[in-house]
Amino acid sequence: MSAQLQEWDDTIVAIATAPGIGAIAVIRLSGKNSIAIVNRLFTSKNLEEQPTHTLHVGLLKAGVEIIDEVVVALYKSPRSYTGEDIVEISCHGSPFIQQQIIDACIQEGARLAKPGEFTQRAFLNGKMDLTQAEAVADIIASQSQASKQTALKQLRGGFSNDLSGLRNRLIEFAALIELELDFSQEDVAFADRDQFLFLINELSTVTDKLIGSFRLGNVIKNGVSVAIIGKPNAGKSTLLNALLNEERAIVSDIAGTTRDTIEESLNINGVIFRIIDTAGIREHSGDTIENLGIERSRSNAGKASIIIHLIDLTDNGSSDFEWLKQFNAKTIKVYNKVDAGGSASANENDIFIAAKSGIGVEQLKNVLYKHAIGEEINIENTIITNARHYSALLKVKEALSDIKVGLLNNISGDLLAPDIKRCLNYLGIITGEIETDRDILGTIFGKFCIGK
Amino acid sequence: MFQEYDVIVVGAGHAGCEAAAAAANMGSKTLLVTMNMQTIAQMSCNPAMGGIAKGQIVREIDALGGYSGIVTDESMIQFRMLNKSKGPAMWSPRAQSDRMLFALKWREKLEHTPNLDFYQDMVKGLLVKDNRCIGVITGLGHHITAKAVVLTNGTFLNGIIHIGEKQFGGGRVAEKAASGITEQLVELGFESDRLKTGTPPRVDGRSLDYTKMDEQKGDDEIVGFSFSDTKKIKPEQQRSCWITYTNQTVHDTLKTGFDRSPMYAGRIDGVGPRYCPSIEDKINRFAERDRHQLFVEPEGWNTVEIYVNGFSTSLPEEVQYEALRIVPGFENVRFFRPGYAIEYDYFPPTQLQYTLETKLIQNLFFAGQINGTTGYEEAACQGLMAGINAHLKTKEKEPLILSRSEAYIGVLIDDLISKGTEEPYRMFTSRAEFRTLLRQDNADLRLTKKSFDFGLASQERMDAVLNKEREVKNILNELNNFNISPEEVNPLLEKIQSASLTQKQKAGQLILRPDISLAYLLENVPRLQSIFSGNKKEELEQAEIQIKYNIYIEKEKELVAKMNNLEHLSIPQNFNYTNIPALSAEARQKFIKIQPRTLGQASRISGVNPSDVQILMVYMGR
Repeated sequence: MSAQLQEWDDTIVAIATAPGIGAIAVIRLSGKNSIAIVNRLFTSKNLEEQPTHTLHVGLLKAGVEIIDEVVVALYKSPRSYTGEDIVEISCHGSPFIQQQIIDACIQEGARLAKPGEFTQRAFLNGKMDLTQAEAVADIIASQSQASKQTALKQLRGGFSNDLSGLRNRLIEFAALIELELDFSQEDVAFADRDQFLFLINELSTVTDKLIGSFRLGNVIKNGVSVAIIGKPNAGKSTLLNALLNEERAIVSDIAGTTRDTIEESLNINGVIFRIIDTAGIREHSGDTIENLGIERSRSNAGKASIIIHLIDLTDNGSSDFEWLKQFNAKTIKVYNKVDAGGSASANENDIFIAAKSGIGVEQLKNVLYKHAIGEEINIENTIITNARHYSALLKVKEALSDIKVGLLNNISGDLLAPDIKRCLNYLGIITGEIETDRDILGTIFGKFCIGK
Repeated sequence: MFQEYDVIVVGAGHAGCEAAAAAANMGSKTLLVTMNMQTIAQMSCNPAMGGIAKGQIVREIDALGGYSGIVTDESMIQFRMLNKSKGPAMWSPRAQSDRMLFALKWREKLEHTPNLDFYQDMVKGLLVKDNRCIGVITGLGHHITAKAVVLTNGTFLNGIIHIGEKQFGGGRVAEKAASGITEQLVELGFESDRLKTGTPPRVDGRSLDYTKMDEQKGDDEIVGFSFSDTKKIKPEQQRSCWITYTNQTVHDTLKTGFDRSPMYAGRIDGVGPRYCPSIEDKINRFAERDRHQLFVEPEGWNTVEIYVNGFSTSLPEEVQYEALRIVPGFENVRFFRPGYAIEYDYFPPTQLQYTLETKLIQNLFFAGQINGTTGYEEAACQGLMAGINAHLKTKEKEPLILSRSEAYIGVLIDDLISKGTEEPYRMFTSRAEFRTLLRQDNADLRLTKKSFDFGLASQERMDAVLNKEREVKNILNELNNFNISPEEVNPLLEKIQSASLTQKQKAGQLILRPDISLAYLLENVPRLQSIFSGNKKEELEQAEIQIKYNIYIEKEKELVAKMNNLEHLSIPQNFNYTNIPALSAEARQKFIKIQPRTLGQASRISGVNPSDVQILMVYMGR
């Protein structure tokens, strides 16, 4: 099946304002269901009963959770930019609020707009003249290039490799199913339904996890987890307080004061971080309670999205933390007590602070933010790629559940095949591989001896 | 000596016969030119029609008014409906034919076709004037003029036959190859390439021991291919096929000839199909398999000749013989003729339009293996479409183009002209994105009206379709209104361990259960039986399929509607792609070469990205 099916009569959504963080962002929907979709999220009045070219203030909700207070503008067909019904939602500029709204719209049935698609619709509905076409085409070309580059890089938590591997296994099964359909007369082995069900379950698990990780509501509630790891008395609790600007953790000069794990939330430019202060780690401690704390620190480091490895510049003893090396990619090295003298041979990405007096803390916040958002990718792209993956994952989930129902009802392969292909197509959108048909036939011819 | 013809068809294989019959039946003065009048409609490979995906094509040909289905019905020695255990989209008719009777029946049909003349001669060249084909030049030097020419040269263009280290020119064994046409077309600017195919040995059936093989009988019911009434054999008259297997010793023996194999010695340049490999290819590529299946197929009623399907080979004859003798049942085998490989010219089909007319030369049409396909059914349907469109072109009428959602024929032609092919192209059901819609049982409902409107399918066929539609509608109505009580049906349900009813239910609802067939209800509910006693089996079956598979059918129809958005946006002819800098270089190149007719076609070309299609759309406006 062509993965390039173009949809026309659906409703599209995208961020309309320039990338970056402004005070206000605008999210735009176009299509015949745009008003109905926003109406389901909007709480204060029925938007479907409002006249065109009007503004409405109210709360936007996803389920019971409030996303933001917004202003909604309605433009009804044909008097709009695209010629279709348009809704513009003005919300606060936080990228996560923007993403939450986009996700909510997708869940209500909108589709993420392709690059240049609003302008394209405007053009197709006779709202622009041909001389503007060239500019639109350039936008489509450059943006599709950019989104391709960011496609796979951004998947969270190393799931992308899993997904690619699972997609390949699904292709093999699709090939087996096609084999038993097109070559049933020949002496070949056919698809084992139990194994297939097993694979589908595996895929469902990964897909669900991924969908969970995309739920921005989740991220806002739980934040990006940051673990502060360091030797006892390196100043971890002081740093936490400096980040929070308050005395939350018990601070003392006695090494090993913090024995519980302390969690605090911190908002940096709209991104919520969940900072975990952990017990300092000494190689050998006679204190059993402290030992328990150390164990917990290690486990926190493993789970955290970002690790701050805090090193005391005045401490001349070695601080190897060999086991931290496995987390190199998500570790920020921070040297504390820069005001008390001492030195270290550091890399350019390392940060020097004095937690007590607040030196360098703002810089650390910036670095945390960049780490969470991804520094080479602009924010809008991140959100768009995320939303694209998110909506594709929802479709994958739907297809998987259809396949499962089919398998449990023992239906014939030809009736399973459309759902498998649908699943493969949407997986392909995420992994960037779209030539499903060729892959399936290639697998059949490559792996099985067929033909009389 | 010759009048001016409307359409000349070159070649009288499956493609040529369908092309000539279609053009003539539609009213064109048609000439069928073949090198040998004795070999009209030869089954050059195995004596069988149909099979999975191919059977659907034959049904489509028949629904459109072609003859392949009728001829197969009248010449079959065995019939099977394959894949009956799967969904109805997979049910595929297949028949074993009497090879000689098949050719005879075809010749009979053609001789009874009005407006159709025959001539035996080799066509050596085309008459071309101002990029328009206006006739052919024959080996005897005749210039025969026509408004359009359909080339169906099969494997004859510069055909070279290989058997071991021997090689000689030929279009089939014991038949001359044709030369001149490729050379002229290349000079005119066509691109040509080489493909390869092969056949297995034919043996003496009296020398085989069938007790060592598994019997494969025909079905108890012969459905056949044609939607019209045809004279078919009775089930009990059918001939059986037989199945046996190669083994490791057979493979080892074959390997002793590998150094003299034309494939491995590099004497064959043509590319063979991956899905119809020679036996040497199979043991080479799939070394882990210790056996391969062979189908032992009788060639007809009145002959002892046997076709050893699955043993296609071009190894030296003595190696073929020594190896085959080790196969169970073949210990005393006597050869009639050895297997061979054949290489031939084809013209990459991206050089064609949807009508199968070439882009370079007007009124010149290609059909069959010349386009890189393999298989009788694939060839026949192209011939039919080329014949229809050649006729329509000469009459300056709109062409007949079938879409991917209407017919396997539409899938085949769209694949060929949009994607091209690098190996002999065979149809699979998996090539069709709307498999559930393209069933063998509804080919007439899908296609006959279209063909009738274009002037090929007869009034009689059209009436039959209208009648079937009406009857099916009635049956659906009845089933959806017919109440069955628990008392009446629960004993039946218990018998097949299906959940009992607690209240009345419509018959149509009951049929939705996977384990309940309409036939089962009819057998056991006399009230129901009496309502439908006047209905034909195919009408009942059609209604049952429409009920049982409705959700799948509706799903696909939705997808078709989506796809059609792009299919209906046509790209102007001679659209200038060089003026669009935003297109990727690869897409621009492909668009210029293939000249897609619609955005849908453009989106299916390999190497074209969705953004390229969007850019095109923007430039085209609406």
